[in-house]
Amino acid sequence: MCLALPARITRLLDDSMAEVELGGVLKTISVALAPEAQLGDYVIVHVGHAIGLLDEDEARATLALFAELAQHEAH
Amino acid sequence: MKHIDAYRNGDLARGLAATIAAEAKPERQYNFMEFCGGHTHALARYGIVDLLPANVRMVHGPGCPVCVLPIGRIDMAIALALEHTAIVCTYGDVLRVPASAGLSMQKAKARGADIRMVYSPADVLQIARNNPSREVVFLAIGFETTTPPTALVIQQAQRENLPNFSVLCCHVLTPSAIGHILTSPEVAEWGTLPLDGFVGPAHVSIIIGSAPYEPFATQFNKPVVISGFEPLDVMQSILMLVRQVNTGRAEVENQFTRVVTREGNRAAQAVCEQVFELRDSFEWRGLGEVAHSALQIRPAYAAWDAEKKFTLPYLRVPDHKQCDCGAILRGVKRPTDCKLFATVCTPDNPMGSCMVSSEGSCAAHYTYGRFRDIPLVTHP
Ligand code: SF4
Repeated sequence: MCLALPARITRLLDDSMAEVELGGVLKTISVALAPEAQLGDYVIVHVGHAIGLLDEDEARATLALFAELAQHEAH
Repeated sequence: MKHIDAYRNGDLARGLAATIAAEAKPERQYNFMEFCGGHTHALARYGIVDLLPANVRMVHGPGCPVCVLPIGRIDMAIALALEHTAIVCTYGDVLRVPASAGLSMQKAKARGADIRMVYSPADVLQIARNNPSREVVFLAIGFETTTPPTALVIQQAQRENLPNFSVLCCHVLTPSAIGHILTSPEVAEWGTLPLDGFVGPAHVSIIIGSAPYEPFATQFNKPVVISGFEPLDVMQSILMLVRQVNTGRAEVENQFTRVVTREGNRAAQAVCEQVFELRDSFEWRGLGEVAHSALQIRPAYAAWDAEKKFTLPYLRVPDHKQCDCGAILRGVKRPTDCKLFATVCTPDNPMGSCMVSSEGSCAAHYTYGRFRDIPLVTHP
């Protein structure tokens, strides 16, 4: 029910709509709730709507932090 | 898939587990509630529970919208379909929730009701456009994540002046439910729930931001870590909670910084503010009446409010006597404490709502955790 997935915007369409790519599948969604979304951005898609933008820098920082936090055994 | 696979790396998960085990003090017990069903599902599906030390216990919360939808509300939707011959549309999981008189929306469909499953509220609008001679009702359920799309379709229906479309609004609010968990008298009745902190919602927080959780840290002294739904996200959040407890802090921290900000999604908040207002009180399945915990449609949009349009009364219906969903949703009991678990009540034949959605505590435990309860027997 609360499933929401990151998808990349491949085309901006009229009427606050956009085409996104999700694991190789193209889907048309509404970007009315994420008006700042640009071509190439990753958005979080829930019930056919982009509900927020994914910040790629923060995503990289989180992944780097996992690696650091998982280093316990090496010490 | 980009932005998913990297958050499911098994080696990193084992490393994180070792760090949690090293930092959790053996002399104390840590009880954390994951509010969201999405986290319950991740904990069960990826076997995270098995990676945690024995003194770190995860308690399931009431954050699955399907699980907390009361029987009376589903009865209303069924009545709209059977008595008012409306086309009633809703999200998939809702169809299987047990309702009154042995019915569910799915079973009502078998009796001739026109009930349809949709993926997006925009689909319901299209069904209304395609069926101008029929009433089309959207049973709208969910927390703050699902609410803004509902608000958008109500505004769209007004713009198009679509007379045969309406919404049965059952949207509920996360912070009120967390507050209720911490203060409700029933918790005292069932025994105190020794919670040391909360794993905060992922997608709900995209909309509302992290600020609404701050009172739980300041007033109730409970740490909250907003967490993504992927297994590594959940593990990092548990580590962050352990560290807060160890250092005596109670703060709102954000693990899900790649999408969640302190302010949340302002555009989505604005749309919801225009269309919805607070209900005085709303019944939650398992939690009972909770004040100011749900939304209703503002009078300006009354023409698209199914409750007003069809003057639908809400009738309270008690749960199955032996169903322990209420205690489970509050974290004071586990699925296996329920007499009906895995005997009478299974995902194919759910008695209570926790068994319906795969994010419900009972269903998650039935699917992924059931066999962990059986001790291993080694033959000599
Ligand atoms: S096992 Fe079924 S009846 Fe028991 S608490 Fe869970 S959902 Fe309710």
